[in-house]
Amino acid sequence: MKELFPLKQVMGFAFSLVLTVVALMVYFTDMSYTMGMTVLLITAFIQAGLQVVVFMHAGETKDKRSIYVNIYYALLIALITIFGTLLVLVWDM
Amino acid sequence: MDFFDRFAVPHPSFLIYAAMVGIGLTMLAVVVGITYFKKWGYLWREWITTVDHKRIGIMYLLTALLMLFRGGVDAIMMRYQLAMPENTFLDSQHYNEVFTTHGVVMILFMAMPFIIFFFNFLVPLQIGARDVAFPRLNALSFWLFFMGMGLFNLSFIIGGSPDAGWTSYFPLAGNEFSTSVGTNYYMIAIQIAGIGTLMTGINFITTILKMRAPGMTLMKMPMFTWSAFIANVIIVFAFPVLTVLLAMGTMDRLFGTNFFTTDNGGMDMLWANLFWVWGHPEVYILILPAFGLYSEIIPTFARRNLYGYKSMVASMVVISILSFVVWAHHFFTMGQGPLTNSIFSITTMAIAIPTGVKIFNWLFTLWKGKIQFTTPMLYSILFIPLFTLGGVTGVMLAMSAADYQYHNTMFLVAHFHNVIIPGVVYAMLAGMTFYWPKIFGFMLNEKLGKWTAWLLTVGFVLAFIPMYITGLDGQARRMYTYSESTGFSLLNMVSFIGAAIMAIAFALLVYNIYYSIRYSPRNIGSDPWDARSLEWSTHTPVPEYNFAITPQVASTQAFWDSKKNGHELFKGDIEKIHMPNNSGLPFIMSCMFFVFGFAMVFSIWPVVIVSLIGILACLVYRSFEQDHGRYISVEEIKETETRLRGAKNEGR
Repeated sequence: MKELFPLKQVMGFAFSLVLTVVALMVYFTDMSYTMGMTVLLITAFIQAGLQVVVFMHAGETKDKRSIYVNIYYALLIALITIFGTLLVLVWDM
Repeated sequence: MDFFDRFAVPHPSFLIYAAMVGIGLTMLAVVVGITYFKKWGYLWREWITTVDHKRIGIMYLLTALLMLFRGGVDAIMMRYQLAMPENTFLDSQHYNEVFTTHGVVMILFMAMPFIIFFFNFLVPLQIGARDVAFPRLNALSFWLFFMGMGLFNLSFIIGGSPDAGWTSYFPLAGNEFSTSVGTNYYMIAIQIAGIGTLMTGINFITTILKMRAPGMTLMKMPMFTWSAFIANVIIVFAFPVLTVLLAMGTMDRLFGTNFFTTDNGGMDMLWANLFWVWGHPEVYILILPAFGLYSEIIPTFARRNLYGYKSMVASMVVISILSFVVWAHHFFTMGQGPLTNSIFSITTMAIAIPTGVKIFNWLFTLWKGKIQFTTPMLYSILFIPLFTLGGVTGVMLAMSAADYQYHNTMFLVAHFHNVIIPGVVYAMLAGMTFYWPKIFGFMLNEKLGKWTAWLLTVGFVLAFIPMYITGLDGQARRMYTYSESTGFSLLNMVSFIGAAIMAIAFALLVYNIYYSIRYSPRNIGSDPWDARSLEWSTHTPVPEYNFAITPQVASTQAFWDSKKNGHELFKGDIEKIHMPNNSGLPFIMSCMFFVFGFAMVFSIWPVVIVSLIGILACLVYRSFEQDHGRYISVEEIKETETRLRGAKNEGR
């Protein structure tokens, strides 16, 4: 029975619910803008990672390496694009 | 505005009416011709519903050649308009439309399908696979691209072409300054074609990662497959930016949002920024497969293996990252501070390093090689110095302080044509000539081919080198005319003559195809160039299952080793082969996308909703469809193999 029970997924589901609640707190409590954005960003990234690893089963197959290389590459490009855009249009305009 | 008024071309001229009649007659002739020769069934069964990567590839090739002609006509018109001062051949509006469509057509509807043709035709053959990972998705990619292309070209005769430049910067592209539906066409046609390209990217990454022949590790892949892999990775990470950008632009134009407006909190510069976040990697999507083709052609005709395989791969990986960190060099003068400009200057110059590594690798491959000057090799040899010239002017443009002088002048136009034509177009023509016998079973005429290459080169030098000079003298790009006192007229006339010579080269290419179809010998065997990689090890014409027995690979040039070093490629017995079934669904779904796009352009909402429901219905149908493909029996394979082998032996 123990092998059949998807403990990892259930735990992941519970954890993602917790993350959602924490993110919702930003709306329902009276936080400062910076504080709220920080909470949202952190919970969003953990949530995304959780989805990829637990529910989309990254890292459970033989091509683990290419999947993770792809994800890190995507993350790198996304961060470069966002911070580059901020640099061009906001910080150094 | 009256309902039907919107469909009229806003700035009609004799040329546009003539084109309308021409297009109408051609369409009619095609339909009548197909009906007369009773080819509708053949067309539907063998081409429209096909999921075979080779046939899809050929359809990409035909589209690319057609668009090369269409974009080339635009180019000739522009050069003629500028050949003399105060010329009245085109008015300003018409000129704007011509340079806009020239850019879009050449980049997105000529160069992109050309490289995707090579992906489709070559990648599965080079890695010893039977087809791509998702054959039906591949058909959908093609048909979406095709419908996007069709929709974009429709703008020419219905409603007016886009006129805000191929970059379509806001606020010029906004409703306030671009009142015709032209820019709607731009947003939606490119969106549809772009979705197709994104699918191609996903498809080929999966194919290359999952379907390589036994023994072919990543570092034993042929260099073209490596370049295709890197290019597709860049497609998957760059095209979503374009998708989002075009969606935002569409919403601004059709639904009154304020992403790129100048008031209500909009930011028009965000368009330029995001456009180039996609646009710069796009340049490398085009050039890397071109480099891959040169890396196949040069070793074949230098009779040496490729120098520096690992450094070639490493340089492409470095380019794939660097291509995402340089985009701001397209708008150094937009107003960001010197810190930002310096950062992007340095990253831009850094790209010259991996590119230089590749140039030297090709030179070292040629070093002490027994060079054969065939047509593909001629293109490759001409490419090296001409492309280097383009690269050097690129480094000049990369200096942000100096860029204030070059920005928006003909110098820039000369630079990017200088890298794209010898870089991409030469590679496409060289690759096409090189792989023509594999695709169609006969070779293109060598003499005509060399004439084409030389004419193209002479035309290219005459057309674009003068632009460097007029650009430094201050001739702005996208200006439809100039006065005689500027002194630009002589050099622009030279440019026009060069462009005309390039047009003659294109005509010669078409004639070469015609001539070779009629007179070229058919008994050339499966390996006419004595080449090195796996795609040449199967029969010509390539059977639909590609390889009767999956090849075993032990090096980067498995086929060469099997010819010269006793490596055994095909071990074991023939087994039945699992192949995908044809399907009409991709075509039908893409037609719905076409209707959807057209209705969106003209804001005909009921049709938009109906076609969206149709698209959704296709998706649902596909999800519930049971299609497990079919098997080709051992007898059938043996029969095909005997027939093809027989044909080959006859020739020897």
